Amino acid sequence: MSEFLSKIPIYLEMDFVRYSLVAGVLIALCSALLGVTLVLKRYSMIGDGLSHVAFGAMTVAAVCGLTNEMIIVLPVTVISAVLLLRLGKTSKVKADSAIAMISVAALALGYLLTNIFSSSANISGDVCGALFGSVKIISLSKLDVWLCTVLSVIVIGVFVIFYNKIFAVTFDEDFSSATGVRVKLYNTFIAVISAVVIVLAMNLVGALLVSALIVFPAVSAMRIFKSFRSVTLCAAVISVVCVLVGLFITIAAGTPAGATVVAVNIAIYAVFSFVGLVRK
Amino acid sequence: MALLECKNISLAYEGKTIVSELNFKVEKGDYLCIVGENGSGKTTLMKTLVGLKTPSDGKIIFGDGLSQKNIGYLPQQSGFQKDFPATVREIVMSGFLGKCGLRPYYTKEEKKKASENMEKLSVTDLAGACYRELSGGQQQRVLLARALCAAGDMLLLDEPVAGLDPKVSVEMYSLIEKLNKEEKITVIMISHDIYSAIKYSSHILHIGHTPLFFGKTEDYTASDVGRVFVDFSKKEEDTNE
Repeated sequence: MSEFLSKIPIYLEMDFVRYSLVAGVLIALCSALLGVTLVLKRYSMIGDGLSHVAFGAMTVAAVCGLTNEMIIVLPVTVISAVLLLRLGKTSKVKADSAIAMISVAALALGYLLTNIFSSSANISGDVCGALFGSVKIISLSKLDVWLCTVLSVIVIGVFVIFYNKIFAVTFDEDFSSATGVRVKLYNTFIAVISAVVIVLAMNLVGALLVSALIVFPAVSAMRIFKSFRSVTLCAAVISVVCVLVGLFITIAAGTPAGATVVAVNIAIYAVFSFVGLVRK
Repeated sequence: MALLECKNISLAYEGKTIVSELNFKVEKGDYLCIVGENGSGKTTLMKTLVGLKTPSDGKIIFGDGLSQKNIGYLPQQSGFQKDFPATVREIVMSGFLGKCGLRPYYTKEEKKKASENMEKLSVTDLAGACYRELSGGQQQRVLLARALCAAGDMLLLDEPVAGLDPKVSVEMYSLIEKLNKEEKITVIMISHDIYSAIKYSSHILHIGHTPLFFGKTEDYTASDVGRVFVDFSKKEEDTNE
């Protein structure tokens, strides 16, 4: 262990380690902030569904031979997010079935497309990477990191400025709407931000594990804290700590990055649940 | 001029008209109870008054400087609010959001007013407490304080005592009466409890598919509709006992 700790400065000299750490922390912050709202609005599954849509879009981008997949993935996911949130209210198909249908459809079609059109020699490796994140430490280009930084800063900024409104819309839509808060606008806002965060987080942990980053910090924080503010702050801290610990374990032990970060999140959840129980 | 006037309102629920030709007026200081059977459109009417729904026909006119934004609304509690991590102060403060516009945070004045409203509903001691750990009666008082922050003039309450035990219900009713009498706040309330409606209100609106009665409470108890409804409720209560 101490041998690893002494090596940390050497690792930090390397570009790709620094990039992953910066991107990881920012993504962790965004997903935790948003996670609190999504969990409380009972929208956790929407996050899951969106990540599958993003995976589908990514395979389409890959088949089209685009070098930067974001051009397709981001808009498709944003549109799906807005549609999914609307759907929950009006459609004849119940929201949970709709989400399940969209998730598996995107997953199946994505895999199908990759198999039919991909020129890559290692299809299962590619798919596995997209679903579970990179096998070893994540490899991000400088452009990826910049994009990640800009989008994260926007998401965090929006969250800070609209914090009180997001609270009100999450707690009681009818009341907020009756007092003149533009609930539909803020819900659309939340949908768009969810999509952006999910696409960003996919770089870090892969499509299937994205919901873990959104759900776990919020649920862990709710085990102990009792105000919206403390839950939000605590979720943010938990999420950042988990990503940092997870990434260092990845570097030291060579484990897959996404799965390691999620495992750390699960461990924290267990600890917080236990503390919550004891305090009662 | 009346604070609120409904002219020939028709309400639809999922495409079907449930109430038509509804006319009534609310003056400043009134205490109006809306009664009627389940599914008669009471909640739909209230949602229309606060602007969550639009009437399929007719007009709602606000007078005396009252606008839809200045109405304090106490919706029926939805299940998931009951485990929401939020402190009483956070919830009460959110009553001001409609007035914030694009301003992201609350002003000092609003914080002061929130404290006053919490005092009025005796939830000041609970300011830092977690909403989900409060009793049903305390939760309703918190939501009422929030409604007061949204509006000084008029409160719309959708079954404020639903799910409360008899003793707490009485406390809640007298609290609302105090706000009506002492603070001169106009109250419109949906009630299932016809006896309390008659006891506390100044006016009654009884709706079915068409408005069955609108007028002063003492006239209601003397009217045919009122007598039948009260007798029926009494019989039902007797069989329940």
